[in-house]
Parts: sequence; structure tokens; C-alpha cells
Amino acid sequence: MSHEFNRRSFLRCALASGAALGVGEITQLLIATPAWAGFEKQDDSRFTVEAKFYEKLPNNKKIKCKLCPRECTVGDRERGYCGVRENRSGTYYTLVHSRVCAAHIDPVEKKPLFHYLPGTLAFSLATAGCNVNCKFCQNWDISQVRPEQVPADYAPPKLVAELAKQRNCPTIAYTYSEPVIFSEYLMDAADAGHEAGVRSVAVSNGYMQEESLKKAYGKMDAVKIDLKAFTESYYKDVVVAELKPVLASLVTLRKMNKWTEIVYLVVPTLNDSEAEFQGLARWIKTNLGVDVPIHFTQFHPEYLLKNLPITPVPTLERAKAIADAEGLRYVYIGNVPGHPAQNTYCPKCRRMLVERVGFTASQMLIRKGNCPFCQQPIPGIWHA
Amino acid sequence: MRTMRSASRRDFLKKCVTGAAVLGAGGRMGVLAAAEEGAAFAKSRVVIARDAMLRGTGATVDSRRMLTLLDRAMQVFFDRDNPHETWKKLVRPGETVGLKVNALGGRGLSSNLQLVEAICERLQEAGIEASDIVVWDRDSDELEHVGFHIATGGNQVQCFGTDRVDYEQELVMHGSVGSRLSKILTQRCDVLINVPVLKDHDGAGVSIALKNMYGVIHNPNKYHPNGCNPYIADLNMLPEIRTKMRLTICDATTACFEGGPGYKPGYSWKNNGLMVSQDPVALDYTGWQIIERKRAEKGLKTLEGDKRAPHYIATAADAQHRLGTNDPRRIAVVEV
Repeated sequence: MSHEFNRRSFLRCALASGAALGVGEITQLLIATPAWAGFEKQDDSRFTVEAKFYEKLPNNKKIKCKLCPRECTVGDRERGYCGVRENRSGTYYTLVHSRVCAAHIDPVEKKPLFHYLPGTLAFSLATAGCNVNCKFCQNWDISQVRPEQVPADYAPPKLVAELAKQRNCPTIAYTYSEPVIFSEYLMDAADAGHEAGVRSVAVSNGYMQEESLKKAYGKMDAVKIDLKAFTESYYKDVVVAELKPVLASLVTLRKMNKWTEIVYLVVPTLNDSEAEFQGLARWIKTNLGVDVPIHFTQFHPEYLLKNLPITPVPTLERAKAIADAEGLRYVYIGNVPGHPAQNTYCPKCRRMLVERVGFTASQMLIRKGNCPFCQQPIPGIWHA
Repeated sequence: MRTMRSASRRDFLKKCVTGAAVLGAGGRMGVLAAAEEGAAFAKSRVVIARDAMLRGTGATVDSRRMLTLLDRAMQVFFDRDNPHETWKKLVRPGETVGLKVNALGGRGLSSNLQLVEAICERLQEAGIEASDIVVWDRDSDELEHVGFHIATGGNQVQCFGTDRVDYEQELVMHGSVGSRLSKILTQRCDVLINVPVLKDHDGAGVSIALKNMYGVIHNPNKYHPNGCNPYIADLNMLPEIRTKMRLTICDATTACFEGGPGYKPGYSWKNNGLMVSQDPVALDYTGWQIIERKRAEKGLKTLEGDKRAPHYIATAADAQHRLGTNDPRRIAVVEV
């Protein structure tokens, strides 16, 4: 039996999270296995729900998954690449609905979302699994495993919404692993959250089909997309995915008027050329506009990429300079505590509008979406 | 205790034919040509043993006939008159022997219980303590579902899934995918005997010896793109697998020519046989040909025609892997 995700267990996790935040230093991005969960045999049945995005094939009870561009053809008794969807006699099931293996209360800046309710908390959760296999994954111990291999709690959508509200979190964040692969749960939890007055955000790789993206992320109030690189070769070799569909997702989100921010993890020698930064900035300007925030973040050796060094700060600054020169208005540097490029500045009068220390917004001057000094509109979702 | 039965080598030799003749694939080398060329290099042996009366008049495999069938296969493979001698060539008292079965296919297409029992019996007679034999796969529930009795203590054959002991925390990797290995493989077993099933696979083309190792890692789903190629070969390169693997005894009592890896009665046939080899590539190649012949007999396209030829077999044999041979001229298939 798995654990019921109740107030007591939640409190333990929330306290642990709060203690970590109180240190005032950079909070580890790596999310440890939740402390409240014991390793008991999980009852699969209550996490198992028919998947939304797939089609049945005519022969041998096979199915084709339509969730992400991989389009896994899955035989009976087998799972897709993500490891969390299983074909059972020709019907495809998600095995992770309400099956939460990590839950914390984080500042929304940690996602990072810098133009979205600064200084607020996000009730952040994940299930096991992922539809890609990034060699630098910080959370591989939950993203690259099957759901039965990690302790998990039963957290139905209404309970998540209720707990978020009780803990003064205006937002539920689907994060840590990859929300694409728990789309059904995400959609139900977002509905429950909205009914309770709690918003939802997804922290995602954007490797989705257009239809699933529209339906699942249509329910989000904001989305952060990890654009891993700007070359297909990197996506193929390091991410085990493709760049093109991710760019298409960004354009679709733009057309949906969904508030979107982009993170670009700069990995030394692999995706840090000036030409790539230039191409990326130009593409964003042309296809998404200059107001989309982009965060160039520092890589730390992890998982299968332990042979590379931490990204030098000058490399991140060079990326920012190139994007600034291209005309992008909100270019940030991430994972470097205390760097001035973590703050938000008015693109017109250059005054600082949001000051950030670590993951905390220590000063927030934007008023009604405008710069208080020159009245320049600052795009984002600033007030609950 | 069962009565020992043995057959003489002479009996076997009467029934033996060379591999090329057994394979009978169009365009393959003939018997003579294969023999001439084969003299220049050692061949990988694949023994195929069959017993048309393995099930008697019923549907269930007869335990006594299975033991006899296993003995025949092992004696020919190891060139011994006495079945005890064959097992003593394979294992030593004091070693812990893991039988990596395949329970994924569900009832009807998982490693045959009578075969596993027969192997356990012969291992014990070769001096292996019952408690030093571990019958295992990834999941205890799946093992139980197909008829194995879960046993985790006492002086009996042990049987359980990796879910009972977990995977190693440390990642291992050959090629592009990192994985955590079952602690049954890394911490419990000194010796691995692979007991896969002869079957079709919707992605890889076939699932026989090499692919059965997907059951020793925590993330087999990451090894399925591109028809599992080169992932099957890469996985079998891991030293933890290569150094412990001593033999493959493939259960071909019920085999599957389409719709695998799950059991589909309409696409399975009672083959009543076993395949034994120490070259998993040669065994997979030979098994693939058997499945192709059955597909042709049933009027189905070849696996190549179905766009799922098992290219992983050639990869496993290539210069980067050298896990065995897929060259029919270098495979001696012996039918008994």
C-alpha cells in the first residue's frame, strides 16, 4: 500500500522545505526522495487511469502514443519511452495519476519564473518519469525511473488544491521531473486548483505534440520551457529528443497567449558557442518577440555529464550580452547567487524593478504591471 | 529425487545435422561449403533439442520428459555422456547461480516452470546448494503470476524479483544510456544462466537471449528506440553481465512468431524444444531464423518486410561489441 498524502505527511515535507529555504543560500535543485515516504509496495490500481493521448492500432493490440513527438508504438504489456505509460491488452494507461514522488513548497523564482507573481510560493510536485533522457539531469533519480521504483504518495487533485490553498501557495507547479508525462494528472489538478482559486504552472521541456500541448498546457497560467540547446545534434546526443518540436511548442504557447519564460542551461563545450547564442536570440526575437524572458543558467556536473566543469560566469555573461544586443529585453543569469542579472530592470529607464537574492524576491517595485519610474509596461503576471 | 536418465552420444550423433542445413534459409551457404570454410575457425555451437511428445497427450509439459530433453541438449553441447558431468563443467559448489528467467509474457509465454525445475535439479546434483540458486526477474508479482513460487529464505531454491532487493544506486553505462543494475545480479549471483523465451518482439524483431537482459536494469524503456539497436548490444557489454554469464538455455517449448512479447495464442506454436549455447548472438540469430520460417509458413511477411528486422543481432556481433557471431558459416547448429 502506498501512503495517503495527508496533512501530517505534507506538513513534514513543508517544514523540511521551509528549513532549507531559511538557510538563505542557493537551494539545491536536486530534489531528494521525500522523507515521509517509506518503501512499501504500492497499490498500482488507484494510480492507473486510461491515457488521453493515444490511438489504438489495428493489429496485435498495439497502440501509438500521441503525447509527445516520439510517438512510441507500444506492444501489449510494454511501456513507452517515458516508462510511466503501459499498454494493457490494447488500452494505454498512465500509471502515475496522483502518484506524487516529490512535493515541496518552493519560491516561484526557483522554477524559475521571474515575471510571474514574484515573491510567492508554489506548491511543487512531480511524479516519476520523463520523455527525454538529458545527460545532465539533476533529478534523474526520479525522472529516469519507473514509478514503482520510487516511493510515492497518493495525492488526488482536490487534495493538492486544498493543501496548496491552506499553505498560502497561490500556485501549483508541476516540475522536477517532466509534466508532459503526467498530463492527465496535471489537467485534473489544474481544474481542481482553479475551482479552489489556485493557479497552475508547468516547468517543462516542451517536447510535446501540438494537440496535447494545447489541451494540457491550455490549463496552465504560465509555462517555463527548458530550451536545452539550439542545435538538433545536441538534442539528439545529449537530450535524446528533437529541437524542432520544442520550437514549435514555444510558438504555439505564444499563439495561445500563455505566459512563457525560457531557460537555457549553458553546458561548457556542448551548447555555448557564440553562434548558437546568436541564433537562439534571433529566433526568439523573430518568433516570440523581445518580451519573452530568457534565463541563461549555470550547469553543474551531474548524472552522465560529470566530466564537464561548472559553466564559467563569463560564459553566461557573454550569452546575456549577445541576447541583449539582439534586443531581447529580459535576459537573466541563473544559478549564480548574487549576480545582478538576476534582477529585473526596466528596459526603458534601466531602473531596477525586482531585486532577487537567491530564490527570494527581496524588492518588488512594479505597480499594476508598469515601471513606477517611467510607466513603461513590464510584461508578466504580477499580481494575484 | 528423480531417476537419472542419460542417452549415449552415439544416439545424438545419429540425429545431428549441421547448422546450415537446419537454418535452411535461402542464400545461405550449403553444408559442404560451410564445413570447408568452418575448418578455418572455431564455430559457435547452438544445440536445438526437441521432443514431439514433451507434453504427452495434454497441454502441460511433462517434467520427466523435460529433464530428459534438457539432458540431451546439455550432453551434446558439452560433449559428455553423463548429464552430471555437463553441469560440473558449468558451475562449482559454493557458487551462487542466478537463473534469469523471463516472466514478462504472462502465462503461456514465460520461461517454462518445468524447465526451470529441471535446471535447478541438475544444479543441485552438481553440488550447488538449493539456497544458492536464485530464480529471478525484475518483478515478484510477474513471477508469481506466471506460476513461480516466491521464496526468499530457508534451504530452498530462492525465487524473487528485483523489487525485493532494489537496484544499485551507482549508474553503469556502455554506449549512451546509463542504468542501475539489479542487486540480484551484482550482489547475489556469481554465475548467470540465461533462461529466455523464443519469441517475436514488436520493437526489436525478436526477443531471445540478448534482450532478456533488459530485465536486469531499472530503465528498459530507455532502450527501446530504433528497434532496440544498439541498446541491446550495448547493455550486454556491461562487465557485470559478460563476466557472470555462462550459458543460455532458451525455452522454446512454446514460441511466438508474431504479436510478442505478450502471449497471443493465435500467434504462438508448440515447438517443444530447447536451445542451448554459450554464444548469445549465435543463439539469437538461430532463433530469428526459426521465427522467420514459422512466419513464412503462416504466410506472414518477413521481419524485414515488417520493418522490424532484428538489426541488434548484427550490432552485437560487430567490431565494437564482439559478443558472438551472426555469421551462419561460423555457427554450428546441432539438432538432437
